[in-house]
Amino acid sequence: MGSLMEAMNEKVLKKLKAKYTEAVLESYEFRGELTIVVPKERIVEVCRFLKEDEELTFDLLADLCGIDMYTPENRFGVIYNLYSLKTKHRIRLKTFTEEEHPRVPTVTGVWGTANWHERETYDMFGIVFEGHPDLRRMYMPDEFEYYPLRKDFPLMGIPGSLDLPKK
Amino acid sequence: MGLESWMGDGYIATKLEDIINWCRKNSLYPMPMGISCCAIEMMAAAGPRFDIARFGSEVMRFTPRQCDVIIVAGTTTFKMAKVVRKIYDQMPEPKWVIAMGACTSSGGMYRTYSVVQGIDRFLPVDVYVAGCPPRPDNLLNGLMLLQQKVQRGECKGTAPAYIGDFHSSHEIKSAV
Repeated sequence: MGSLMEAMNEKVLKKLKAKYTEAVLESYEFRGELTIVVPKERIVEVCRFLKEDEELTFDLLADLCGIDMYTPENRFGVIYNLYSLKTKHRIRLKTFTEEEHPRVPTVTGVWGTANWHERETYDMFGIVFEGHPDLRRMYMPDEFEYYPLRKDFPLMGIPGSLDLPKK
Repeated sequence: MGLESWMGDGYIATKLEDIINWCRKNSLYPMPMGISCCAIEMMAAAGPRFDIARFGSEVMRFTPRQCDVIIVAGTTTFKMAKVVRKIYDQMPEPKWVIAMGACTSSGGMYRTYSVVQGIDRFLPVDVYVAGCPPRPDNLLNGLMLLQQKVQRGECKGTAPAYIGDFHSSHEIKSAV
């Protein structure tokens, strides 16, 4: 079973590198799970290739989440967890974007489920997804001015940012 | 009249008030504000094993207009707090509030920006029921405590009572 996963990982990496050599910035494997870092300009093409190729049919976007690395450059990342229903294989894609006006192209055209996942990521981190059909907040009220899951947002929130009914 | 001069001033009035309070305490229709997990235990309290109907809460009216007591059961976020307050405002007087569970009493295990740290920040609470979730019989304990408060005519969160004290079974230890 381990060797099957490794063989699958190698196949994915080989096909991806053959088609998009300069788009694979970095790739590493941990305990059989392959992670590929992709620059944000190429993410849509890479995702579409991974979904539509006949051998690697990664047709399920299992998760799309943001991460705040809190590093000076490339602060925010977006992580895509893909799963293939046909080959039962999992893979992870990562892109990074900078702190000032973080923008990433949307993959809503590739997987429809990315719509709400990207809305959640926008709500919690402030990463704007270019081309998203309906980018608005999901959990916090629409007029909320902060992004709660960033590392510099305090645990108990900003007093006065969420209003409470009077007693 | 003759009775008042014999028994003392205001005898009829106080007895009438006692009777009215007795009627009120034995027919407290709850408004089940079941927000999250505590709602399951509240449903269990309404089920046949821990029957809340035998205490007079015959039906859980889901309209606030016909209820006396609102049982807020579940984590109240800031977004939900507006809704809970609206429902509470729609209840006719006299009304009481039971804060069920840890989340409504103090924010519970959610010490975070989106959860109201205790519904007493925007509602006057009469009884706090501790537990995560409280057992249905613990909720009935809270209801009985509330009934004692109703009998004494306390309302609007004056002298809020709490359960979980080792010394009391049904004595009220008030905050005042």
